[in-house]
Amino acid sequence: MKLSELAAIKEKMQGVVAIRKGEKVEQKERIHVLICGGTGCTSSNSVKIADLMKDELAKAGIADEVKVVLTGCFGLCALGPIMIVYPEGIFYSAVKLEDVPEIVNEHLVKGNIVERLLYTDEITGEHVHSLMDTRFYKSQKRVALRNCGNIDPENIEEYIAKDGYAALGKAITEMTPQDVIDTMKASGLRGRGGGGFPTGNKWQFAANSVSDKKYVVCNGDEGDPGAFMDRSILEGDPHAVIEAMAIAGYAIGADEGYVYVRAEYPIAVRRLQKAIDQAREYGLLGKNIFGTGFNFDMHIRLGAGAFVCGEETALLTSIEGKRGEPKPRPPFPAVKGLFGQPTIINNVETYANVAQIILNGVEWFTSMGTEKSKGTKVFALGGKITNTGLVEVPMGTTLRTVIEEIGGGIPGGKKFKAAQTGGPSGGCLPASLIDTPIDYDNLIAAGSMMGSGGLIVMDETDCMVDIAKFFLEFTVDESCGKCTPCRTGTMRLLELLEKITEGNGELEDIDRLEELSKYIKSASLCGLGQTAPNPVLATLKFFREEYVAHVKDKKCPAGVCKKLLNYYIEADKCKGCTACARKCPVGAISGKVKEAHTIDTTKCIKCGACIATCKFNAIYKG
Amino acid sequence: MENVNVKINGREYSVPAGSTILDAARVAGVEIPTLCYLKEINEIGACRLCLVEVKGARGLMAACVTPVTEGMEVFTNTEKVQKMRKTNLELVLSTHERKCLSCIRSRDCELQKLCRDYGVEDEEHFKGKVNHMPKDESTAFLVRDNDKCILCRRCVGACKNMQGIGAISALDRGFDTHIGSAFEMPLGATSCVGCGQCVVACPVGALYEKDDTAPIWAALNDPTKHVAICTAPSVRATIGECFGYEPGTDVEGKMVAAIKRLGFDGVYDMNVTADLTIVEEAHEFMERFTKGENLPLITSCSPGWIKYCEHYFPEFTDNLSSCKSPQQMFGAMYKTYYAQKHGLDPADIVFVSAIPCTAKKFEVRRPGQCAAGEGIYDVDYAITTRELARMIEKAGVNFRALPEEAFDQPFATRSGAGEIFGATGGVMEAALRTAANAILGENLEKVELSDVRGTDPIKYATYKLGEHTVNVAVASGTKNAGELLNKIKAGEVKVDFIEIMACPGGCVNGGGQPVQSAAVKATVDLKAKRAAVLYNSDANNEIRCSHDNPAVKKLYENFLGEPGSHKAHEVLHTYYIKRGL
Amino acid sequence: MKKKMTTVTFAGTPEQELKLDAAIEKYGKDEGAIMRILQDAQEIYGYLPIEVQRMISIKTGVPLAEIYGVATFYSQFSLNPKGKVAISVCLGTACYVKGAGPVMEKICELLGVQPGETSADGKFSVDATRCLGACGLAPVITINEDVYGKLQPKDVAAVLAKY
Repeated sequence: MKLSELAAIKEKMQGVVAIRKGEKVEQKERIHVLICGGTGCTSSNSVKIADLMKDELAKAGIADEVKVVLTGCFGLCALGPIMIVYPEGIFYSAVKLEDVPEIVNEHLVKGNIVERLLYTDEITGEHVHSLMDTRFYKSQKRVALRNCGNIDPENIEEYIAKDGYAALGKAITEMTPQDVIDTMKASGLRGRGGGGFPTGNKWQFAANSVSDKKYVVCNGDEGDPGAFMDRSILEGDPHAVIEAMAIAGYAIGADEGYVYVRAEYPIAVRRLQKAIDQAREYGLLGKNIFGTGFNFDMHIRLGAGAFVCGEETALLTSIEGKRGEPKPRPPFPAVKGLFGQPTIINNVETYANVAQIILNGVEWFTSMGTEKSKGTKVFALGGKITNTGLVEVPMGTTLRTVIEEIGGGIPGGKKFKAAQTGGPSGGCLPASLIDTPIDYDNLIAAGSMMGSGGLIVMDETDCMVDIAKFFLEFTVDESCGKCTPCRTGTMRLLELLEKITEGNGELEDIDRLEELSKYIKSASLCGLGQTAPNPVLATLKFFREEYVAHVKDKKCPAGVCKKLLNYYIEADKCKGCTACARKCPVGAISGKVKEAHTIDTTKCIKCGACIATCKFNAIYKG
Repeated sequence: MENVNVKINGREYSVPAGSTILDAARVAGVEIPTLCYLKEINEIGACRLCLVEVKGARGLMAACVTPVTEGMEVFTNTEKVQKMRKTNLELVLSTHERKCLSCIRSRDCELQKLCRDYGVEDEEHFKGKVNHMPKDESTAFLVRDNDKCILCRRCVGACKNMQGIGAISALDRGFDTHIGSAFEMPLGATSCVGCGQCVVACPVGALYEKDDTAPIWAALNDPTKHVAICTAPSVRATIGECFGYEPGTDVEGKMVAAIKRLGFDGVYDMNVTADLTIVEEAHEFMERFTKGENLPLITSCSPGWIKYCEHYFPEFTDNLSSCKSPQQMFGAMYKTYYAQKHGLDPADIVFVSAIPCTAKKFEVRRPGQCAAGEGIYDVDYAITTRELARMIEKAGVNFRALPEEAFDQPFATRSGAGEIFGATGGVMEAALRTAANAILGENLEKVELSDVRGTDPIKYATYKLGEHTVNVAVASGTKNAGELLNKIKAGEVKVDFIEIMACPGGCVNGGGQPVQSAAVKATVDLKAKRAAVLYNSDANNEIRCSHDNPAVKKLYENFLGEPGSHKAHEVLHTYYIKRGL
Repeated sequence: MKKKMTTVTFAGTPEQELKLDAAIEKYGKDEGAIMRILQDAQEIYGYLPIEVQRMISIKTGVPLAEIYGVATFYSQFSLNPKGKVAISVCLGTACYVKGAGPVMEKICELLGVQPGETSADGKFSVDATRCLGACGLAPVITINEDVYGKLQPKDVAAVLAKY
């Protein structure tokens, strides 16, 4: 393909772009219905909804006037399945199959908006017509996710329509490889997958390594439980990653790339493969790209369920077909990586920024973010939050904005307790830090880390010791077992946490937790072990009193740790109906008919049957 | 090679570029503790015991795998480092079965030494969950005790990287990680060849030879039994290490004296049957060479190699020499010829061999190794150098204080050719000395054949003997053997005669030899030092060729007839099995 | 978790072996072949019993122990035939804080199995899985291709009854 051909495709597709910008275009296909085909919405039937819509459109005789597109993730997963009708930009949420005929007949045929399916603002209670007018979207700045939910990821021409592959064209025809690297350095882009290493520097190291063969690798082994931005990008805008990898290949002198994706992401894998095939077909991958003599091609490799493969050296070992065990560094992959050759590894979200930086320039990118963290960051908002989903905000946005404004606060009138970031490698930010601007360095200062961007919100009913234990269970399960500190050390940490949550802890166990955590951090072979104790250290830092309560008072203040709970009957509420006493499998409840009952805590096995039975909410845990 | 300047604990040193911190510290006279590191075999940085502080580095660095750079400042013994080592050891101990008092490695356990050095007093500091696993005693040659395993993976490195076999691997993940065979099969059901290189790689007592000393003690205490022993050529060169001698010390006289004090009825030198093997094998070679049949001929003295060939290269079993190994020839001659001559019932003889090898424990029970009759094994028990040393210790014999004594007749005369059997290339050299005589009608003028000496993995040489040209190859270590055989299969290499030893460097580096620590292995060339004992002994021997050994001549005269005779085949030859994978 | 081995007798067909051969042929010379061959083999046979791993070992020359080491390292490789109905319970953080634990307990209780096991009749298998990325629907389980979101323990019985 020549650059002029690329431009011609873009030109041809401008009608599509215009409709989705909300412009009325005089053409037969006057309406675009975009339906989220991301994993979340697919799980709630969005593909069937799209099929049904096509049938209904045919029935209504307007099939050729309406284009139905399955897109990538819109972000607002809590309200899925999501549908947007362009050019008006009408935003329907939680659409069900049975709603489809109404949407077709009322809205698409007659032009009457189906009000009841509109999104309702959680505070004002008013209907919001457009997605962009929702609180959820207003404070977002979408760079990495810019095409997600806006294009058909299975159609390369829609990507090209939105300046796709223009950055690759610019890089290889107008810039030297060093120019590209210098641009990346000047942009201040840092790795979005974990530690935040400057991307340009990484590329520079690999460019400096002399070798006939180099590799560009994309880390799509998104393992942080609760993070799914990489998946969404691969599902919603796969060409952005392909283009960026080709640019990286040009910059460092590599002609081959690998994308390592979790096998748990079938939709992402399928779309990425389709995108690679299309890019090859269009001559955007392969030999002599844009007639410049630059060659680049790529392959997909599937993970097989090992969190540690998100660590770069482990990922490379896994691509080599072996047990995904990390290797000591140095040598760094930029010097000796895949198959022993110089290699760069960046994660999906990092790549999703690259083409934008090349096209829009360093100044545009550096205008977003904080001094040391430029650009935006995508967060997967989950847990006790109203608007579960994917959000992209400029670096430095406060936790408060993310949780209260974009996230719509905590449901059920509960109190915000902490936000967990960085998954099993991270820590938590307590309510006292809710006004902290989120960037790499502030998170590290708070004992957490950016990680890949999982942001799990917790309320007063979450026990922080239990959360630490949850993450340690995860790490123990996912530790590769190669080095002693991680293999044995994390197990011993977990055992201490179990001891504490089961009510057998002693005060000195808290010190031992701290001491062992520090040891594992500094002695482990790879990033997994070096960050594994973070959930313990961070919760100890901000919620030490909760640990003390478990150990000293043998109480779980949040009421989570089963072994520390006792069941009681509130005498005022108890009507003496005897239902609970009859249900109790161990005969721990006694009392006369029509008189308040009591629970013998020494007999009680805490099965919860009584609570489930009581019609008067008279039984409580404490 | 150029040097770089580094500072270690505040003092300046110049060390070769590319050295690791561990190497550099050795230049500074500082030994950094390691557990998983085994030079060139297992360099994985996994145990984290060798962590040191490096000025300006983000965290601690693993000394074993981190190369030094110009101006690097290393601190190997800071308070932080020492404390971390102690914590590390405490964690290791928390999953290690601490039956240290009776452990076979009690005095040379690398973990034990480090625990003492770092003052690990509370062995239960990190008491917690342990994954108990049953001992694997399924093979004739070794025991795997995973309860003692510290997951350093040196055995895996030895098996896969060094020997090219991979009978064991790290299995499962995380805290459940353990070393084992596929599908937790007992080792005896796998294609493990029994070379024992994993045993000498193990820093603790998780791998050790199957101990066969108990029935020997019983036999020694049984007046109805005639108990005899012969020692392999290399044992005299290594057993001294078990009694505090430097590697490479020849302790033949003391060794013989010590064994005699254990109560054996005869203490013999296996070198004689090494010579006998050469005479038979050289004859076999000449026969095949002139007929051009089943070439290349491949030596058969190394039972680990034999098992490897049977599993991995069954198409080559017809190329193997049908000669029994020296050990088996000795037992066979003893229970036939010697028994006949002295009126002993072979059933009453308990014949023991002391060998540098674990695979020989498997060899003694192979089929086709019963010259004196069905069920009467040529050799009853094969014990390693280590087991022999333990017997001597158990008997309270003060090895170092003993006078030097000589082997018993009539098997005490040996040639230098038999002595060098214990080093890679030695069998080839010995065989060529005899084959040359057969072709030329006289001995070579210069019997030292330096092309086949040394510890190179694969050696090639061409000899012009009269009008014949003989191409030979020598490989040691099964990985190298495999490489050589694949080249032959591919037609890249054409040779007439091959010597293969299962262990790299040959028997001097066998899996039954004294265990040396990783630090010693990294700094002392054990293979060369031990082999030097044998080559010296050859050089000092007046008889340099096996066929000139009068003891051997007498065996043919009195019993066997000619080399390759019917009788010789009955007693001294065996057959092989195509095992496959 | 230590991988559990099957007691079910291997019943591979010649057709399956042909497919496996094709996969080995396809990836055989690729340096990173073993994982891809195992992935295909699991597709073909549904699990990776010793018979299959041995075939791969002999045909690729990679030691059997090493192949087994790879198979037991990655949680997606199974040494057990899966049930006809494969249930995966997401235990990602978002699902966990929204109560995936009790859902898992309920499923196991109803089927009388532990996570990672197959029910006695071979019909259901239950696995804990890492984040499926459907956090908006937390807690989420998948049954074969179907996804069930916002599941509560009390809903479990009704969901299982569909299979």
